[in-house]
This record gives sequence, structure tokens and C-alpha cells, in this order.
Amino acid sequence: MAEATAPKPSSSVKLVLLGEAAVGKSSLVLRFVNNDFQENKEPTIGAAFLTQKCNLPTRTIKFEIWDTAGQERFASLAPMYYRNAQSALVVYDLTKPTSLIKAKHWVAELQRQASPGIVIALVGNKLDLTNEPSSSSNALGEDGDGEAADGEDADGDARKVSTAEAKSYAEEEGLLFFETSAKLGTNVTEVFTAIANAIPETSLKGARGPGAASGTTGRAEDQSRVNLTGPRDNASKEGCAC
Amino acid sequence: MTGDRGNDAAEGAEDTRAASSGSTVRTGDHDGEDEQRPPLPPRPSLLQIDLATAPSASPKRPSLQAKPTTAISSVDIQTLSFPDGTRGTFSTPASRSVSESVSVSGASGGQSTPSRKGRNGSEFDDATSLMSYAPTLRANGDLASLLDEELSSQSPAWKLLSSQAESVNPFEKVDYEALSLVNFDHEFDEIEAVDQKGGNEEEVLLQWKSKLKHYLILSSAGKPIYSRHGDQNLINGYIGIIQTIISFFQGAKDPLMGFTAGKTRFVVSTDGPLYFVAISRLGESDAQLRAQLEALYMQILSTLTLPTLMQLFTNRPNTDLRRPLEGTETLLSSLADTFTRGSPSALLSALECLKIRKSQRHVINNTLLKARTEKLLYGLIVAGGRLVSVVRPKRHSLHPSDLQLIFNMLFEAGSVKAGGGENWIPVCLPGFNNRGYLYMYRPSTAHSTSREDEIAILLISADKESFFELKQMRDDVVKQLEKNGSMDIIKTAVREGRPSTTDVVPGTQLKHFLYKSRANVQFAMPSFLPHFGSLLARRRLMTLYHNLHASTHAKHSHLKVLHCVNRDSVSLAWTTPVFEFYCIAGPNASRSALAQGANKVVQWMKREEERVFIIGGAVF
Ligand SMILES: Nc1nc2c(ncn2[C@@H]2O[C@H](COP(=O)(O)OP(=O)(O)OP(=O)(O)O)[C@@H](O)[C@H]2O)c(=O)[nH]1
Ligand SMILES: [Mg+2]
Repeated sequence: MAEATAPKPSSSVKLVLLGEAAVGKSSLVLRFVNNDFQENKEPTIGAAFLTQKCNLPTRTIKFEIWDTAGQERFASLAPMYYRNAQSALVVYDLTKPTSLIKAKHWVAELQRQASPGIVIALVGNKLDLTNEPSSSSNALGEDGDGEAADGEDADGDARKVSTAEAKSYAEEEGLLFFETSAKLGTNVTEVFTAIANAIPETSLKGARGPGAASGTTGRAEDQSRVNLTGPRDNASKEGCAC
Repeated sequence: MTGDRGNDAAEGAEDTRAASSGSTVRTGDHDGEDEQRPPLPPRPSLLQIDLATAPSASPKRPSLQAKPTTAISSVDIQTLSFPDGTRGTFSTPASRSVSESVSVSGASGGQSTPSRKGRNGSEFDDATSLMSYAPTLRANGDLASLLDEELSSQSPAWKLLSSQAESVNPFEKVDYEALSLVNFDHEFDEIEAVDQKGGNEEEVLLQWKSKLKHYLILSSAGKPIYSRHGDQNLINGYIGIIQTIISFFQGAKDPLMGFTAGKTRFVVSTDGPLYFVAISRLGESDAQLRAQLEALYMQILSTLTLPTLMQLFTNRPNTDLRRPLEGTETLLSSLADTFTRGSPSALLSALECLKIRKSQRHVINNTLLKARTEKLLYGLIVAGGRLVSVVRPKRHSLHPSDLQLIFNMLFEAGSVKAGGGENWIPVCLPGFNNRGYLYMYRPSTAHSTSREDEIAILLISADKESFFELKQMRDDVVKQLEKNGSMDIIKTAVREGRPSTTDVVPGTQLKHFLYKSRANVQFAMPSFLPHFGSLLARRRLMTLYHNLHASTHAKHSHLKVLHCVNRDSVSLAWTTPVFEFYCIAGPNASRSALAQGANKVVQWMKREEERVFIIGGAVF
């Protein structure tokens, strides 16, 4: 464990991305990690592991990201990735209502099975396919046409999930909520920064140096309804991360 | 010494070729050559009568259009006995007259290997110039393979015409009989989707039909699963027809193996609840096409595992497998395209290794062994698409078909390549165990731009939780390889690329060769450049290799040496218990030059064996 987090004055946060296939999970990560976007990204097979730092005014957070595959046949592997996660991005495609239903299933599963203190953000991606004043409409005009074409309404708006609907669901469940465009970069860093800020300082391992056990206890104190096996698992799993 | 025998054999072929090119010379015993299935009734003459007396009886099926006849001749086989009691078998092309072709086809016991090419209607075409004929499914189901002009076209007149300059390269001239490959450059182009109004339907259908190779996968209940070309709307009708045909034979307890329509060969294979169909105008043998279908089946197992596949169909015979296979179309297609492009590795079911010194490989092996974690099952180092080192348990060797799946997934299909980060990939390797998944650690490829310059360290574990252990091992291995200089050695070897034939044998007229070491299940070859760099040239080379391979691998084949003279190339196949060897030279190269080149390459392989091949590998 010492090597994984040791000398840096930063703390690492495990984050998992979940959501239906092709909603843009990998694209969000690619935008966050490499500030890049690929028009025809291939589906993820299994899962991809990436890391990226996020600088907050008071501390640096190193995200250890598991970008999971959304295709049905990989669903059974998901617990392996969210089991020890401190945060999760549950992504849907705001041009595809079924993907929000799938997202709600993931949220429910996380609330049932993941670590109790897990910070969850609900993310509606592909904001560029809508044509609201909030999204940069000129980009839509240029190169958004291709994908927008299929589900598009007459006014060029492919949105099928209203902000209000998703937002009220997120509030009910106590989730962070964002609408993003991995393609244009809209709100992408904001999601990760919000998550970093929402992680209770006490639950950050490495926040006070490599003494990880303190992180575990700190977290237990922090969460009143904590289940002790959760954090302990967490610590042992982190052990094999190095 | 095998080498000498091959040399003799090639010389012998030369002696008899002149005589045989005008008329048929057939010697030797080929009674064993009854191929996979019982001999045919004398079909050509039957059909001839049928069609002559009742031409209107031929159904006007669009897919069965016959082409106007071009000059086609068949290949004859001769066996020579040498003083030492050994025997060599040679084939030589021979143009046949009508009566010969009929009589040969009717002589069931005497079929020789390559004349399978003559049995499936080519002679018939040749002899009678019929515009169309409708082979019955049954009769064609017995045929071994598709007509193939590549191997069999050298008329005496042509030989007179061709210049004697020895420097002519293979395939240099336009081969008018290879016009079947004329569309090959567009073989991999995407077919347009049928637009909503169906206005372009005809155009799309035309594009679809112009493909030289199709692969179809369907369930025995007739549900489409995969098609290389054409979207669902386009192929559904065909899937229905194919399912009906296959099921009909299945019901009669006489499974349909394949049939021929015009110049197109259909090969069917059934695996449990799945039907696989290959449709090819590229001239592969049935066995070769069947191996390709088998690989597609392995890809499906690799995604699902056998128990899951079976369970899906036991629970619901009507299952739509496309959903559980979602996202693997690209894997199936890249495999399919590998076959269509022509892959020495697939043809030989063997692996290709990066050539480095024995001692250098030893260092790399030891590095892997030293860094090994408990969780490791297999470890591979792959550079430039070639294997550098393998670490494996004593009890388990790595199956070539499994490696093909891994290479396909990681280097051919875009899936894992494109993304950032390190991947943790569940994969079933059916050759190892078709009942469960293994987990493969695939490091980030952010720094490499292509398959050619990528050095990949792939680690495989049976423990799905071992990502971080394998990641650690990989980091350790990289660090060590950099430290002990191995990384530079690998990079240099990759940069140097494969040798040219003249690097291997200075001054040789050989333009390309394949050498497979049977014991090591590995092969070596020179660069495709400069002669076979283009898609088309490479396909023609591979077609030639497929023909040589088919002839030497036909069931009961006694062929040890096959010398083949074409209008635009001469080639040689040579098999021994130790190796399989195939080579090609320009059309004017002499038999002795070819044989000499072959001997030299084989000697070189023997000398360089421990550099060219991974022998033993790192075993724990
Ligand atoms: N217009 C638009 N397209 C996007 C956006 N994000 C992703 N895409 C596209 O959507 C497709 C799927 O994106 P991925 O990032 O591969 O989706 P995924 O969720 O990782 O999919 P799986 O790995 O199969 O689970 C790709 O073609 C992306 O280019 C976005 O913000 N706007
Ligand atoms: Mg993805």
C-alpha cells in the first residue's frame, strides 16, 4: 500500500463508471484524462483502469478510475469494480430514455451493495445533441449533425430526457447531478471536481500520509450508518493495489 | 537426407512435365485419394446430357449464374519412385480435351489430389461451354473444393509466348484468369445501408454479391447471428433459405457439408446449436474454409464459454444470440478479414516469432520467470505482431488457435486498441478450457501508434481479482527489460523487420516462402515486400499457398513434394515429418533454381532454428 499512495501529498480516490453501453463512459474518461474525444469509440471490453489527478485548492486528489463495459454480458463483473469504490459516475445518454432506466438500476444496486459512504454522481451525457442555449449551439451546427441526425426533432433537439426529470430523481436519491458533453468537454471536469469535493476529507486515505488505517477509522467515524466490514474490505483491497 | 530428395524430386518433375503438358500422364497409386467423401458418380457427363436435352430445366437462380467458359485445365499428379525406394509426387498442369476430362472424372478410383479441382465442374465448364448449370445440392455436397484457375493454367502456347527472362517476378503480368480477384480491392468496403425508401436496394444487392467472401452464422432455429457483409434486412432472406437447406439435410441424418454454385463454394459446418457458412470465390479447400469457420466458432466461445452458449439454447432454442454477443461483431469481422486477406498464421495454424539470438531470448525468458506472480497463468511478450517470449506452466502449452484469438482481439480489432488506460479483459480461451474465463491484463497502448511498433506484455490469470498483481508484474518486467538491454534488442529486431528472401539465401530466385516447424507449431517467412506488398498481390500469393497446402494436406495425400508451374509463377511445396515448406518464384525460374533455393532455406532454418523459433520457452 505504501507504494501506491506514498510520497505524494495527495490522496487517491477510487471511482467507478457504470451505465448502459455507448452512453459515453469511456468518452467522459478520455476527456477527463487526455482532454480528447474520439468520434467512433469502440465499446470497452471488460474494464479499463486509468488514473488522473484533480487539483483542489486544499489538496490533490488522484482518481483511480475503473471504466467498466456497459454491454450486458459484462454486467456480472461490475461488483468487482464498485465493491471498493469511494465514488461512482452513473452515466446515461440524455437522448435515450432507456439508458436512464438502466442508470436507476445501477444507482439502486450501488445503494444496496457498494460501500455505504459511496459518493454517486448521475451524469446525463451527450448534451451537445440538444440545442439549448446552455450548450454551445455553434458546435452543434458544425459537426454535431452526424450523430444528431437519427433521433433529432424538427428543431434539431435530440434530447429525450428532461433535465427536470433527471434532476428531481437525483435529488430524491441524494446524488450529484450533471449534464455533460464528452464531445465538447462541457461540464466534464466539473463532475470530477464535484466528486472530489464531496468525498469526506476523513475518508481519504493518504490525506495524512501513508498511514492508511487512520483513513479507515476516520471514515467509520464519519459515516454514522457505516457497516464496519465495508471499510475493512476497502483497506485490504487497497492493499493489493500496490 | 530429405533435402536431397526434394531436390531430386523437383528435377524429376521437370523431366516429365513436357510430356504431360500436352496430354495426360498419370502414374502412381492414388487409390487413397478418395478425399473426405465417397467418389462421385460421373456427374459431368450426366449433367451434360441433362442440360443438353433439357436446357430449360436449369432453374434461373440468380446466385447460380455460371460464367462463360475460359480456358481451364486441370492439374495432374505423377508419382516417381526413386532408386532408394522413396517416392515423390508431382503435379503438372495439363490441358485436357473433352473426352479426357469426362473419363477422368468418371474414373472414381483414380482421383488424385489436385484433380479435386477438376471434379467440381471446372472441366465440365471447360469441356462444354455451357452458359449455366444447376448443380444439385446433393451432388455438390460431395465435392471437395472450388474450382481454381490459379494453380492450373499454363498452356504450351502460353509458355512459348512468355519470355525466358528469369527475372520476371511472380504475378507481374496481368493474369486474365485471375480476374475473379478484380474486385478484391473493394472486398473490405462497407456496403451501403438500404435507405428507407429502398431506392438503392438493387445497388446494395449488387455490392453484396460482388463480395468474394461471405461468412454467415445462424442458429439452428434460423435466427441470424452474424454476417460479414450486409445488414440484417439484406441477409435475412438468405438466412432463411440457408437454414431451410441445412435443416433439410440435418433432418435426413445426412448433414450438408458444402456445395458449389458456379465458381462459388459453400461450406457448412454445424457446432451444436449453431450453423456456420462460408461462401467463397477465393478458391480455398473445404478443409481450409472449415478451419476458418471453426475459428469463428472459437471466437464465439471465447466471448460466451461453451456452457453459457449451450445453456442459452437449452433454455430457449429460439434465443437471439446477437444480444449476448453484442459488440463482438468487430472481432468476428476482423478474424474473417484476416482469412480473406490471407494469413500464413491461420493457414498453417502456427505462430510467428520475432527472430533474436538464443541467449537474448534466454535473458527475456528469465526476466519473465523472475518477475512472475503466483497468479500468473500465461505471459506473452509480443512485438510487431510476433511472439518474443512465452511464460507458461509446465502442463499447459499455449494453443495456436487461442493465440490467434488474443492477437485478433488486441492487434486487429480496434476495440481495445483505441481506448486509453490499461485493460482487464475476461476471455475464454477454448483451446485451454472452453468452460471458463481467464483474465488478461493489457497495458496501456498510449505510446505506440501501430501494431507494428508495439511491444505488448500480456499477462493472463485465472483469478479475476488479480489485476493489480499482474499490473505490478508487468511494471517489474518492463523495468528489468529496459535495464538489461532486452527492450532495445526487441525494438531493433522489430525495426529491422522480416528478412528478404535474398537475405536468407543470397542470390536466390525465390520471392517468398513459408516454413513451418511442425514440432514447434511455429512458422517463419520473409517480408511480403517488395513483391507482395499490395492487398491483391498478397492475396494471390496466399491463394497459391492455400492451393499448395490443400494439395499436400488432402486426406490420404502421399504428396511430399509438389511442383507447380503456372503462367505467372512457379512454386513448390515440400513436406517432411519435421517441416512444411512452401515457396514461390517468377514464372521463368527453373526447377533446379527453385529446388536449390528451397534446400538453402531449409538449411538456413536448421541453422537458425533457435533464433527463429521459441523452443521450450519459459516454463514454470
Ligand atoms: N455527440 C456525442 N457523442 C458522444 C459523446 N460521448 C460519447 N459519444 C459517442 O458515443 C459513442 C459511445 O461512446 P463510449 O464512450 O464508447 O461509450 P461507453 O459508455 O464507454 O460504451 P461501453 O464501453 O460499450 O460501455 C461513441 O461513438 C462516442 O463518440 C458526447 O458527449 N456527445
Ligand atoms: Mg466504454
